[in-house]
Amino acid sequence: MIAIASYGLGNVKAFANVYHRLNIEHCIADKPEQLKDADRIILPGVGAFDHAMQLLNQSGLRETLDHAVLIQKKPVMGICVGMQMMACKSEEGTLEGLGWVEASVRKFSTEDTKTYPLPHMGWNTLQIDSSHPLFANMSDNPELYFLHSYYFDNEDSSITIATTDYAKRFTTIVQKANIIGIQCHPEKSHDTGVSILKNFASMQANQNA
Amino acid sequence: MLRSRVIPVLLVRDKGLVKTVKFKNDKYVGDPINAVRIFNEKEVDELIVLDIDATAQVKEPNYDLIENIASECRMPLCYGGGVNNLDQILKILSLGVEKVALSAAPYDNEGLIEEAARRVGSQSIAVVLDVRKRRFGGYQCMTHNATVARKIEPVDYARKLANLGAGEIIINSIDRDGTMSGYDTRIIQSINSAVPIPVTAVGGAGSMQDVRNLADKEGIIGCAAGSIFVFKGKYRAVLINYQNLSQ
Repeated sequence: MIAIASYGLGNVKAFANVYHRLNIEHCIADKPEQLKDADRIILPGVGAFDHAMQLLNQSGLRETLDHAVLIQKKPVMGICVGMQMMACKSEEGTLEGLGWVEASVRKFSTEDTKTYPLPHMGWNTLQIDSSHPLFANMSDNPELYFLHSYYFDNEDSSITIATTDYAKRFTTIVQKANIIGIQCHPEKSHDTGVSILKNFASMQANQNA
Repeated sequence: MLRSRVIPVLLVRDKGLVKTVKFKNDKYVGDPINAVRIFNEKEVDELIVLDIDATAQVKEPNYDLIENIASECRMPLCYGGGVNNLDQILKILSLGVEKVALSAAPYDNEGLIEEAARRVGSQSIAVVLDVRKRRFGGYQCMTHNATVARKIEPVDYARKLANLGAGEIIINSIDRDGTMSGYDTRIIQSINSAVPIPVTAVGGAGSMQDVRNLADKEGIIGCAAGSIFVFKGKYRAVLINYQNLSQ
């Protein structure tokens, strides 16, 4: 069972719809018990860092979520701000992140806004580690939807499994043991995104811990 | 590489979809959910849904409809219509919409953009500029389905919106709406070169060639259109269809 953490932000229904169509057991989790029952967790997110952290901290899910991820090592996938929350801090806010991954969230900066308008908005290509199980049955340079002004800057580059170029090369997807973070939006990226969500549902995320 | 997006614009009136000409003479073109399902199959880059009654009739956004559309969408969704405060923005984003488009509200309340951008991030705040040519040169901004004229000049206003924290400007040409006579490239170029944020243009696309020309000329841009994605042939038979720049 995949629990889609529902703390008042993000496209929980969009994820539920994808898993419904794939016939994969899932639930929209707004109570801690639902996270306890799950064997995998999706942490969605849209919006500003502090707003997202504040809602998650107030949701009653935080403690169970930390336990499920850090102690029980359940596979978890954070999407967009859901990924950024996994870092220690963000230039977008003052609240502490979840601190699951040694990383900071930084603002894109470029003089050349003609070529690189910000926010980074639209369909961009990923350079992927094609041997990774998250990318099973996918083309080499998949295109996914991005919508963000801040990016995930992880200290250990060996956990990066996909990058994207936009004004600079930045981390699009990381995997640290059971923890996966994705900057772009698989739930809004048609078949390519569906493949990622499907692969997450079946892969052994904590193998290479 | 980031590529220009090709975006169908759906206009909602009385829970149904309509297509207008110069913001008038709306013709019923179908059911929103049905249209979204077809656009899912066509793998569209993004969708813009605008409720054209909400602001003019001082109505709340139709949250049930927004939620139904958002949960059906397998592509990013931008919703606009009747949004004039932060609570509404938060509520709409919580229904699974990626971007909320403001239109009339920021003219009278610039603080709303700043406040919203701080709370939910610039990437989720778009502003629709309904623009039309002035009789004696230049352009002007309009609101309330082109019935209320605004004093501020569109390029200056776009710059101001970007400074306040808007994440996208959607330029909606009133004169070209539904005419299929080509984009109004002059105002699009002026605004696109004036702001550091993404720009999307709608109004006038009569063919995919118009869309391609706009993308070739402007670099990264959102190419939005209504008529070409809901009508087929010179008798404007209703047929939901789509192409993006890589298809």
